[in-house]
Amino acid sequence: GGHTTEILRLMESLSPCYNPRHYVIAETDTMSKDKICCLEVSRKYKYAEQEYTIHKIPRSREVHQSWSSTLLTTLHSLLYSGPLVFTLKPDLILCNGPGTCVPLCISALLLGVLGIKRILIVYVESICRVEKLSLSGKILYYLSDYFLVQWPNLKEKYPRSIYLGRVV
Amino acid sequence: MKSAFVTVGSTSFDELILSVTSNSVIQIFRELGFEKLVLQIGRGLVRPEPCTFGDFTLEVFQYKDSIAEEIQRADLVISHAGAGSCLETLGAGKPLLVVVNDQLMDNHQLELARQLHRDGHLYYCTCKTLADTMKSMDLSALKPFLPGKTEEFAIFMDRIVGLEKVD
Repeated sequence: GGHTTEILRLMESLSPCYNPRHYVIAETDTMSKDKICCLEVSRKYKYAEQEYTIHKIPRSREVHQSWSSTLLTTLHSLLYSGPLVFTLKPDLILCNGPGTCVPLCISALLLGVLGIKRILIVYVESICRVEKLSLSGKILYYLSDYFLVQWPNLKEKYPRSIYLGRVV
Repeated sequence: MKSAFVTVGSTSFDELILSVTSNSVIQIFRELGFEKLVLQIGRGLVRPEPCTFGDFTLEVFQYKDSIAEEIQRADLVISHAGAGSCLETLGAGKPLLVVVNDQLMDNHQLELARQLHRDGHLYYCTCKTLADTMKSMDLSALKPFLPGKTEEFAIFMDRIVGLEKVD
């Protein structure tokens, strides 16, 4: 719900140069696809030659899922995100915190480590996170190239982060 | 017709649905001049029957592709603390009362509601304090919520990927 709304607001602002766009959503997510298509249809009216694709990977963690089983499901997600990132070789990954983004970013880092491609990772912490980072945020704080926070409290606690104000 | 819209977002919030349809809270709605209550219940197991009793109407649905219309029609939005619902409601300039679900594993949602409340944009409460909050809140005192600086984000992105405009 929230993650999709936030990331689509960010996507709305980007120039047509960020093309083609690959959206990765969790298999069990039934609502995001429609929201993405809505945005992309409106972009098509504004800009020529825009391409987008929606990919589904297993969710790393369901809401309310226990932490112990989360490790297993995350490893399972890696089996899908690895090949996806390897095939697409994006220049940039933009993510904002759902568990699905962690395996994708780990796969991107792996591609860098193996010398295959250097992928820029930009993480924008959710507007919901005012005082504490999400679990994805804590993991990706050190692994991302640019880590954006939307509240000044977090900028103080996490000096490596970037604060542009509320961007969503 | 003065109406209130209750939304639980993409999951469920049975406790809230039970609270807003309780006799005491329905009474408060009526005292505040509301004649219609619309409930978006998500995948909740508590499913009140839509009905009309006297001059008060209750509508119920699980999901819609977009709740923008419901938000537009409402004079008050009562929502779970999800960012999507909050931002959409505040963006539409509607008075918002956020109900925080204290049953959730890691209640990060409370941080946002608390901050936005501190900044004067909404009221917030739990199911237990819903009735009292509804009785005491002054919706006209809420401050308008300005949209996020997406252009700043776009400029930042263009700079880091090397698309910066050369004047």
